[in-house]
Amino acid sequence: MNAPLPVTDTAAPQRVRQLPGPADKPPAHITVRGLYKNFNGSVIYENFDLDIPRGKFVSVFGPNGCGKSTLINLISGLIPIDGGEILFDGKTLAETRIGYVFQNYREALFPWMTAFANIEYALKLRHVPKPEAQERVRKLVAHLGVQIDLTLFPYQMSGGQQQLVSIMRALVVEPEVLFLDEPFSALDYEMTLFMREQLQRIFEETGTTMVLVSHDLEEAVYLADYVLLLSRRPARIAEYQMVPVARPRNDATLASPDFVELKRHCLEIFQREVRGS
Amino acid sequence: MTRPSDRYLPFIGVLALVFFWYLGWAMRVVDPVLLPPPHAAAIALWKGLNGGKLYADFGFTIWRTIASILIACVIAIPLGIVLGASERLYRSVEFIIDFFRSTPASAMFPLFLVIFGVGDRTKIYVAAFGAGLVILFNVAYGVMNARKTRILAAQIMGASRWRVMMDVVLMESMPQTFVGLRNGISLALVIVVVAEMFLGSVNGIGHRVFEAQQMFDMPDMYAAIFAAGALGYGLNFLFLIFEKSFVHWSGK
Ligand SMILES: Nc1ncnc2c1ncn2[C@@H]1O[C@H](COP(=O)(O)OP(=O)(O)O)[C@@H](O)[C@H]1O
Ligand SMILES: [Mg+2]
Repeated sequence: MNAPLPVTDTAAPQRVRQLPGPADKPPAHITVRGLYKNFNGSVIYENFDLDIPRGKFVSVFGPNGCGKSTLINLISGLIPIDGGEILFDGKTLAETRIGYVFQNYREALFPWMTAFANIEYALKLRHVPKPEAQERVRKLVAHLGVQIDLTLFPYQMSGGQQQLVSIMRALVVEPEVLFLDEPFSALDYEMTLFMREQLQRIFEETGTTMVLVSHDLEEAVYLADYVLLLSRRPARIAEYQMVPVARPRNDATLASPDFVELKRHCLEIFQREVRGS
Repeated sequence: MTRPSDRYLPFIGVLALVFFWYLGWAMRVVDPVLLPPPHAAAIALWKGLNGGKLYADFGFTIWRTIASILIACVIAIPLGIVLGASERLYRSVEFIIDFFRSTPASAMFPLFLVIFGVGDRTKIYVAAFGAGLVILFNVAYGVMNARKTRILAAQIMGASRWRVMMDVVLMESMPQTFVGLRNGISLALVIVVVAEMFLGSVNGIGHRVFEAQQMFDMPDMYAAIFAAGALGYGLNFLFLIFEKSFVHWSGK
């Protein structure tokens, strides 16, 4: 083990946590301050602070129902916040281009449009003229090296292909941040592994800040620069674990001692949080 | 297992019907005046549609049905969208819609007669009333049940409320709208034919069936019944094809 694991400070969990890591304290892209959210009186977030670093991949992991989806939905504005402040480089959400990939691709893509038109639609909403929009879709497809027949309708494609189209639709506007809520959990295992690789490649190609919610710890650690471990409700940051493992990662990474140790460490914190204290 | 010959299966029922019809006729199960042989009905149908009265009546019924559907669409589709867009608005009128949707349209004949007289308008308006409620109900439900995720997906891409409505919600409601249109057309045809029988009509398939029966011209009556059946089946069939190509994503 080369990088020392940071010590978790459970005594002051609400303090703004510095991102741990060797020499870096990467510049924050998204800052969440004093976030408050409740659903029908049950508090999900209270006085919650978080920094999401620029150009990094953050995986959010935690007990079921602790508020992982809620967190990215609050940040991306899908549900309103009840208090606090969320800024992107000091800008508000309205001034920021974001992308969001839903778990349920079947219900997120528009089945009346071809895959190509689905992707193009994101640009149409941004008032990009049609010829330019089509050119940009083609460029993105070429850039990502995607091998899908985009003249098909979503329902004519496999689940993985549909989710890839969803990801491209989110990426085509060149978002500053891409949010993904369990994007692969509706896919079979083989497709999940394939899609992880695709996403990793897309992340490396674009350098977009990405926030992924995952219920699979291995996936969370494998893809992440930082794993955000949340506690049970009301959610606190149990740990904000850096993953100092070189990219591109591959099957060998999964077996490397560093990776295994990081995963074990995260699992330990997770189990402690699930049991509660 | 489907065999190539399986596509001829539907004809078996038709042949069986003709066979038993002949059998019933030959064995005089019913008075031959009431049950003429199939070929007599077929000849009457052929003659009626080739320059006979039935041909003109066929046209009148089609025109009334289409006119009533168009009126129903013009009123019910926009209204359904508005009602569906606000669930609370829909809930407040839901009972009225369900009530009149469940009321047999024929019960409305006298009322419409009093208001619009015995002309074409009455028949068309009653049919439009019945079909309109069916269409309204389906459009409103289609709009209301638009998939939440799709709306959120459009919103997060920066779509305004208006754009979400036009690009997503309306398209989402299409499959249900088409179900409503198809049911509406069937219902409109039923109402038009019944109205042609009893609302002092001088033409239309309903009138033809009724008149043939009054004059004891049984082959003519059967011919008119088959013409009505063919019309209903044909309208539904054509609409299904249109629906399949237009809302190709439905049910997938
Ligand atoms: N729209 C909502 N209304 C009421 N309660 C909600 C809503 N969305 C989520 N919740 C509740 O908030 C909690 C956190 O939900 P969520 O963020 O989806 O959890 P997860 O961490 O599994 O993604 C859950 O207990 C859930 O039941
Ligand atoms: Mg979730």
